[in-house]
Amino acid sequence: MSEYKTLIKDGMWANNPAIVQLLGLCPLLAVTSTITNAMGLGIATLLVLVGSNVTVSLVRNFVPKDIRIPVFVMIIAAFVTIVQLLMNAYTFGLYQALGIFIPLIVTNCAIIGRAEAYASKNTPLLSAFDGVMMGLGFMVVLVLLGAMRELIGQGTLFDGANLLLGDWATVLRIEVFQFDNQFLVAILPPGAFLGLGLLIAAKNVIDAQIKAKAQPTQEAEKAPRARVTSLT
Amino acid sequence: MIVKSMYKNGAILCAFALATTGSVAVVQSLTETRIAEQEKAQLMSLLSQVIQSERYDNQLYLDCVESDAPELGPAGPHIIYRARLNGEPAALLVRHITPKGYSGNIDILTAVTKRGEITGVRVTRHEETPGLGDKVELSRSDWITTFNGMQVNGANDGRFAVKKDGGEFDQFTGATITPRAVTGSVGEAAWYATTHFDALFAKDNLCAGETQ
Repeated sequence: MSEYKTLIKDGMWANNPAIVQLLGLCPLLAVTSTITNAMGLGIATLLVLVGSNVTVSLVRNFVPKDIRIPVFVMIIAAFVTIVQLLMNAYTFGLYQALGIFIPLIVTNCAIIGRAEAYASKNTPLLSAFDGVMMGLGFMVVLVLLGAMRELIGQGTLFDGANLLLGDWATVLRIEVFQFDNQFLVAILPPGAFLGLGLLIAAKNVIDAQIKAKAQPTQEAEKAPRARVTSLT
Repeated sequence: MIVKSMYKNGAILCAFALATTGSVAVVQSLTETRIAEQEKAQLMSLLSQVIQSERYDNQLYLDCVESDAPELGPAGPHIIYRARLNGEPAALLVRHITPKGYSGNIDILTAVTKRGEITGVRVTRHEETPGLGDKVELSRSDWITTFNGMQVNGANDGRFAVKKDGGEFDQFTGATITPRAVTGSVGEAAWYATTHFDALFAKDNLCAGETQ
């Protein structure tokens, strides 16, 4: 059970793909102008991540290590194409809003990173769980960033949620405040960089406080876990 | 030894390539009709936005021609849908492009009746600045409805311009280039449709085959 706990902690916080590993920034920065877009891309990434993790884990004993990368790339590309086709068929409006960024999930290093670092060494069940947690961790950051930018940029939350969730979701739209002109910096790419920077800073502040509290009691710290990349 | 492992790896890669493309092909064939339906529904809803339903009674997406006219912008051919009422030519729904936007081309759909009256205009695709130039979208502002009911009177009708240039359309605060591009392009396209109305209706239908 502790393995699952570690996976939850890693995916959501300690090794979060978006704010610790800083992977997949291209789609992250590009689509987070509203919560709806962020959530749509988050769900798509989550599906691809779980699918590719499980498949990679299932075939891990048949794939020689020399050709593992091309095999992983094929698996991921196939899943992305499938997700793209499904979104095109069932959430057409959102598909149009996310446009180019769906195929770009292929280039999201978080996915091949998890395939290589975790799924190729662990059982399908654990890999699926890792995919869910990493995907959720990525999605939470996407949605937070989307909420920040949507709120500051155009004063609403859940604008266009009906594209993702169906027509009933128009009631979710909240107009928090109204401007005559939108706050452009938040909507344009610089807002994404600033917002992500603030999120990373906030995470580091919280980490520092936790560490400061734990310091007096804790004696020897365990060896740090291996990470793909790390800021700290 | 090395040759043997090359054969083995090649075979494994081949198997994966077949399996992955196979699964994509399966999903593609399962979603194909649904995607085509979605695109058709999208097109129908777009076309019905620019022309009132009492003005025509044919299936617009099944009746179209193409045109390379420079008035409709670069990167032709441009699709023109033909609306008929009781079999008689009623209106033309022109897809046209202006390259004069602030960033990239702006795709526009303009509907013009036989008498040259504009029944509706929509911007179908653009990359203008969010919050400034994107007010040409109906979801951001009703500016685009200013065109409704206007009639174009000549090749360079001065009214199809922003007020700053002596025309009849409001520019947006902080964004003049976008509305200037849209008004100019709509004026030219509407004039083209009015002057070539009968010629365009005389051409062969290019969309009849897409029945579903």
